[in-house]
Amino acid sequence: MTYLAKPKLHHPSLEKNTLGFTRRDYEGRISTLCAGCGHDSISAAIVQACFEIDLAPHRLAKFSGIGCSSKTPDYFVSPAHGFNAVHGRMPSVLTGASIAAKDLIYLGVSGDGDSASIGLGQFAHAVRRGVNMTYIVENNGVYGLTKGQFSATSDKGSKAKKGLENKDSPIDLVMLGLQLGATYVGRSFSGDKTQLVPLIKGALSHKGTAIIDVISPCVAFNNHVGSTKSFDYVREHNEAVNRMDVITPRAPIHAEYEPGELREVTQHDGSVLRLRKIEEDYDPSRRNAALAYLGRKAQAGEIVTGLLYVDPEAADLHDGLNTVDAPLNKLTDADLIPPLSALESINARLR
Amino acid sequence: MAAANTTENEAPLYTMTKPLAATNDFVVKFANVNGSGSASANGLFAKAVLRMGVPVGARNIFPSNIQGLPTWYEVRVNDKGWLGRRGGVDLMAAMNPQTWEDDVASIEPGGYLLYDSSKPLPASRFRDDVNVIGAPLTELIAAQFTNPRQRQLFKNICYVGVLAHLLGIETEVVKDLLRQEFKGKDKLIEPNFKAFEIGRAYAEASIAPIGLKLRRSDKVGDRIFVEGNDAAGLGAVYGGATFCAWYPITPSTSLAEAFQKYCNQLRVDADGKNRFAIVQAEDEIASIGMVMGAGWAGSRAFTCTSGPGVSLMTEFIGLSYYAEIPAVIFDVQRGGPSTGMPTRTQQSDILSCAYASHGDTKHPLLFPGNPTECFEFAAKSFDLADFFQTTIFVMLELDIGMQDWLTEPFKWDEKRTLNRGKVLSYEHLEQGVPFGRYRDVDGDAVPYRTYPGTHPTRGSYFTRGTSHDRDARYSEKGADYVEGMQRLLRKWETMKAHVPAPIRKDAKRRTPDGVIYIGSTDPAMEEALAILEEHGIHLDAMRVRAFPFCDEVFEFIRSHEQVFVVEQNRDAQLKSLLVNEGGVHPARLVSVLHYDGTSITARFIVKEITDKLKAGHAAAMPEGAK
Repeated sequence: MTYLAKPKLHHPSLEKNTLGFTRRDYEGRISTLCAGCGHDSISAAIVQACFEIDLAPHRLAKFSGIGCSSKTPDYFVSPAHGFNAVHGRMPSVLTGASIAAKDLIYLGVSGDGDSASIGLGQFAHAVRRGVNMTYIVENNGVYGLTKGQFSATSDKGSKAKKGLENKDSPIDLVMLGLQLGATYVGRSFSGDKTQLVPLIKGALSHKGTAIIDVISPCVAFNNHVGSTKSFDYVREHNEAVNRMDVITPRAPIHAEYEPGELREVTQHDGSVLRLRKIEEDYDPSRRNAALAYLGRKAQAGEIVTGLLYVDPEAADLHDGLNTVDAPLNKLTDADLIPPLSALESINARLR
Repeated sequence: MAAANTTENEAPLYTMTKPLAATNDFVVKFANVNGSGSASANGLFAKAVLRMGVPVGARNIFPSNIQGLPTWYEVRVNDKGWLGRRGGVDLMAAMNPQTWEDDVASIEPGGYLLYDSSKPLPASRFRDDVNVIGAPLTELIAAQFTNPRQRQLFKNICYVGVLAHLLGIETEVVKDLLRQEFKGKDKLIEPNFKAFEIGRAYAEASIAPIGLKLRRSDKVGDRIFVEGNDAAGLGAVYGGATFCAWYPITPSTSLAEAFQKYCNQLRVDADGKNRFAIVQAEDEIASIGMVMGAGWAGSRAFTCTSGPGVSLMTEFIGLSYYAEIPAVIFDVQRGGPSTGMPTRTQQSDILSCAYASHGDTKHPLLFPGNPTECFEFAAKSFDLADFFQTTIFVMLELDIGMQDWLTEPFKWDEKRTLNRGKVLSYEHLEQGVPFGRYRDVDGDAVPYRTYPGTHPTRGSYFTRGTSHDRDARYSEKGADYVEGMQRLLRKWETMKAHVPAPIRKDAKRRTPDGVIYIGSTDPAMEEALAILEEHGIHLDAMRVRAFPFCDEVFEFIRSHEQVFVVEQNRDAQLKSLLVNEGGVHPARLVSVLHYDGTSITARFIVKEITDKLKAGHAAAMPEGAK
């Protein structure tokens, strides 16, 4: 598949965003994933989100680890540099790049094996640090590339395709992210583009660590009766707390809904998150309340989706490091090499 | 040199021994309890000798412990400039009851033992052939200071006072050092000086003169006294490093701390913003991952670690090799394997670094031989990493990294610029310069790269550790894979001319024998060569400073009948690397191995080489003989 070149046709009537790019400019190579894979829907959602927020495609930097999900950055936004790291260690690579070049938008794409098993430590510490990134977990509860082993997000009691039952407790990356200090936390479903695209748009516009856990059923190994990450199971148990629109600072804001049904959150870059409430009492500004809510719903077997928590005033890693405004990778010799006189006085102090 | 033929383990045979007499040539050792504040007093002593114009080699021998275990500080005073460990002790300041027996036993016959005589010890605790100097340090200090912590600390300064009088260190020199040390904390100067003076006055009034003397000299010149980790941290600043990701591990921690210290001094804007970033990562894997990310994005980045950290980093090091990502790793080697001897020195990570990671990989190693080279190689490593787009190891050792060395001052050419290597800019891409990430455009096997975010439509690529073609596209075709791996080998060849060249020192006479060595062995080797020469044994010497080895190294081996390879590990790792990379017949290389965790001594080298030469030339031996 990858030997095939993807045709590069631009229809003149394709819709353009304010930068003059069409949706095609945000596409990538042809996917090598299985037909019908939820991950491809997520890639499509990323393409649409980047297009809609008018992100120049080369201003994105894409990162992933190892696994089916981690192959996907090759399948969207080709004009962006991509980095396929080692298994479970993408967060550290993304962290380093974001320290070097703070002027780019960082997107990490990972899976449940890559983030919750081998990479749980790096996931946790990148979140703790407040790395300015969007971190999407394409969560199918299974190891696809090695053909169907349980992952750490597989639910207790869920059954593998060959009938084996998972006895271990699952890790909920959303709850973990909330506990670790992520400042934008959402969950969605690969089959629900209307919910997913705005969530990604909001995350890309967010300053700080944004994590989105996207349930993405594996059509090959985890879409059968008995799996809690199958299309049918998720559709039946999905409990959305809100629906969201993202208004970028450049687009005019239309008041489409009655004020009583809306909650608007303005992020640092001026983008406005408009949350249409579905659950009456859901307030995405309270971290502990979100955790309690998720806990209650999980007990009832419901998968809560939507924007679960956001802190629009969040600080990020660079704030903590107190770095200069210019990206470190653009500093010149004059910025970096101290004068000879400094070296001479150091020599003098060492005598 | 005093009693050069006595080894440290031989029991003294003398009953009536002439007291040792030497000027500007002796070894003083301090035995202390870790955490008792002795380090600053002992450092004060070493610096005072230096300020007298007499060179010193100082070694802090410390435990993996914060408080309570034994620690030693050994000062070699030598105005001929031999600053490696000599072996043996001429004057022992035995301040630790735990190690008393061994400390007393290690004194050269005719040497001196300084102890705290506040509590009398039976004669059986001493040696007949050693001159015992008692000074009631605890009593003297207790009479003048009441604070318990002060009593502890000033007991140390007090013995420096005693020694200063006995050896002839000028009081003004010590006063100057105290003023410098406590600049900004001026109220500490007076009590420190008082403690010093108590010891000095006691020695003047109550202790007979000894045979060891310091005489003011001019042999220090403009040299500086600094540890290798400090020098490497400063070298990273001058080398343009903007990012350090690290995880604390002995003996590398002070390198990250030095980088922080010098960045705070030299890389902060007027508005308080930093032109650097330092992250203490959650482990070594995250450290090297962050370095890879930053290097990929065009910032000069490094981590510093020791052997256990390198073990953890190996998967990323393989990625760096194959995906061609610049990175610098300072490996401050300690005793291995496993947790090993965290506070002892070795050269035992050579093979694990040279061939780190699975599959076919190899990585350049730089071997600094002193702190001055730590500074130079640190700065150079970033140019090499950027140019060759791979991981460069700077192989320090605890003996260089954590010990203060008297070394040449740091130098920097003001015209020097940072060599960022082959990077295509927006202008290049805009002008239509073709870009294929892994293409060998210039015939040196070094490809061009782009930083992320450079151009809206050109120059992007996907970095991966999976097999790829010359345009960075995923490929499982054998031909694409082989082309890439062959180019990496050619790139390796290109490196040979760019890494630091070996330093060769030929014997005064033509000789069939040579010696190859690396790193901290340098001062002990220089002294050993001089001693061997006095005994009529001539050796051509080569200090190797980098891997890949350049042709000169193998020519050196070929032009000698046998070459001793002196290294500080059990398994002759440097020799293995020479044999493996140069096709050298193993029998031509004769190993001299020192790996007990202490620094190698001139005495050890002289004895080993002399013994091996007596046993006959290796080249004449049957194949496979050791």
